[in-house]
Amino acid sequence: MEFTFSPLSEQALVIETGTIINKESEQAVRKLSSLLEKQAPDWLIEVIPAFTTVTVFYDPCRLKQAEAEQELRLLIAKLDEVEAPTPRQIEIPVCYGGDFGPDLSFVAEHNGLTEEEVIEIHTSGIYSVHMIGFAPGFPFIGGMSEKIAAPRRKSPRLRIPERTVGIAGMQTGVYPIETPGGWQLIGRTPLRLFVPEQDIPSLLRAGDEIRFTQIDEAEYREQEAKLDAEHS
Amino acid sequence: MLNIRKSGLQTAVQDLGRTGFQRYGVIASGVMDPFAHRIANLLAGNAETSPTLEIALSGPVIEFEADHFIAICGGDLSPSLDGEPLAMWRGHFVQKGSVLSFGEPKRGARSYLAVAGSFDVPPVMDSYSTYLRAGIGGFQGRALKNGDSLKTLPISPARLNALKNQNAQTPDWLIPPARYHEQPIVRMMPGRQYALFNETSRLRIFEETFTVSANSDRMGYRLEGPELALEKQEELISEAVAFGSVQVPADGNPIVLLADRQTTGGYPKIGQVASVDLPLISQLKPGESLKFRHISADDAQQLYIEQEQQIRQLKIAIQMKREEWT
Repeated sequence: MEFTFSPLSEQALVIETGTIINKESEQAVRKLSSLLEKQAPDWLIEVIPAFTTVTVFYDPCRLKQAEAEQELRLLIAKLDEVEAPTPRQIEIPVCYGGDFGPDLSFVAEHNGLTEEEVIEIHTSGIYSVHMIGFAPGFPFIGGMSEKIAAPRRKSPRLRIPERTVGIAGMQTGVYPIETPGGWQLIGRTPLRLFVPEQDIPSLLRAGDEIRFTQIDEAEYREQEAKLDAEHS
Repeated sequence: MLNIRKSGLQTAVQDLGRTGFQRYGVIASGVMDPFAHRIANLLAGNAETSPTLEIALSGPVIEFEADHFIAICGGDLSPSLDGEPLAMWRGHFVQKGSVLSFGEPKRGARSYLAVAGSFDVPPVMDSYSTYLRAGIGGFQGRALKNGDSLKTLPISPARLNALKNQNAQTPDWLIPPARYHEQPIVRMMPGRQYALFNETSRLRIFEETFTVSANSDRMGYRLEGPELALEKQEELISEAVAFGSVQVPADGNPIVLLADRQTTGGYPKIGQVASVDLPLISQLKPGESLKFRHISADDAQQLYIEQEQQIRQLKIAIQMKREEWT
């Protein structure tokens, strides 16, 4: 597989594993970031994997850009020996509609469905996490049915509570922390996606397989209280 | 202990940033002007990585509950101690009960206060930086408020006394302050998507003047100037961004991403500010303007290496001056 290199700055190189998002380019990103994690050279500062790129930050006092590229190419030669981490399967319980999902009716109307049908479609899919970015622990999730796609709100909300599940275009996602945003909000999960007290502060990782399941408000309250208690 | 009588516009604990967690979407945070932060720490006898207080535009009023040794570097926000103007870019012994306050922002937008021994705040994900939006790090995950008490780590009376005596006996202590120009020329490398911009935009970015809009903060500075556009509109695949990435959303106004930037972005990047020139931007106030000048990645790296050497020399000079008197 041919990777291209280009500088992001005088201390970062972007390695592109492909020009379109597909299984191959994503798999290469996962293998490469896992390799860089396991065999981190001492000049390596930080790695940011995305859809089709792995960006490598290095110590600019230690090596020149061309040297960094050379070192990275040597590492990449070992890529075939690396197994991509096995995808984990994670269930995300969601309490749909009501105060938690004020835009559920909009998504239903927009698609000529009932609210129940939207929930039915949202919970029947198997999704995959492409990457984590934008906010701490925020997953870019692929695999949503176009039957429940909905445009972003014309004027974004100033505050979207943490744990809110939303839809924007063909994407669905969960807000780990309170953020402004233009997504259509359909529900809320009791799970904490951002866990700063853990070594890996993100519940989800690139490559994870996700399913959404429906819970009612009582179950939501119970699970939320339980999870918050574990972390306090 | 520092008593925060008045918090000022935005005063928060920061360090050199949260490294290693951007892959989980955790933003880097950290100081906007790393050079000033590092020098303030060195003058206060701290490690460069110790936390400082980042003070923006309208500064706080701080009472010292004990004797301390401090240094203030960065933008000139007219600091004074008990009403007397306080020189920046040098260390000062401050007596118990002294009150530090700030006046008009003269030049620059952010000052860094380092206190010998540094602040007693718990590290979160290996950093003392305040991540305001997530409410973690620094002092209780937030900017300081009126009435807060910010603890400092204990420093031995002998050490404090040594700092005080050495300082008093060294009148020419002043470190050459960083120069924050009103209309800086900021060196910038072509960005990852530079070639996707139309010819006019590629020329304009390096020729015309851009003004910092009021809608600017620690996350990024929005610039107003000639409109920039891609040769043909296209959706890009989100990828990592860096401190100083200059991205251009569809409205054509560039945004310089700063300390509180998101980890990834999907807008095309027309440029990347050379690391050594980042303070020139971070210290601009809304309404002030700048020009970009082209630099290659290799030259930007060379400047970075030279600045690191310069800081190392300053560090040695500070240590030597201290040793002269011990």
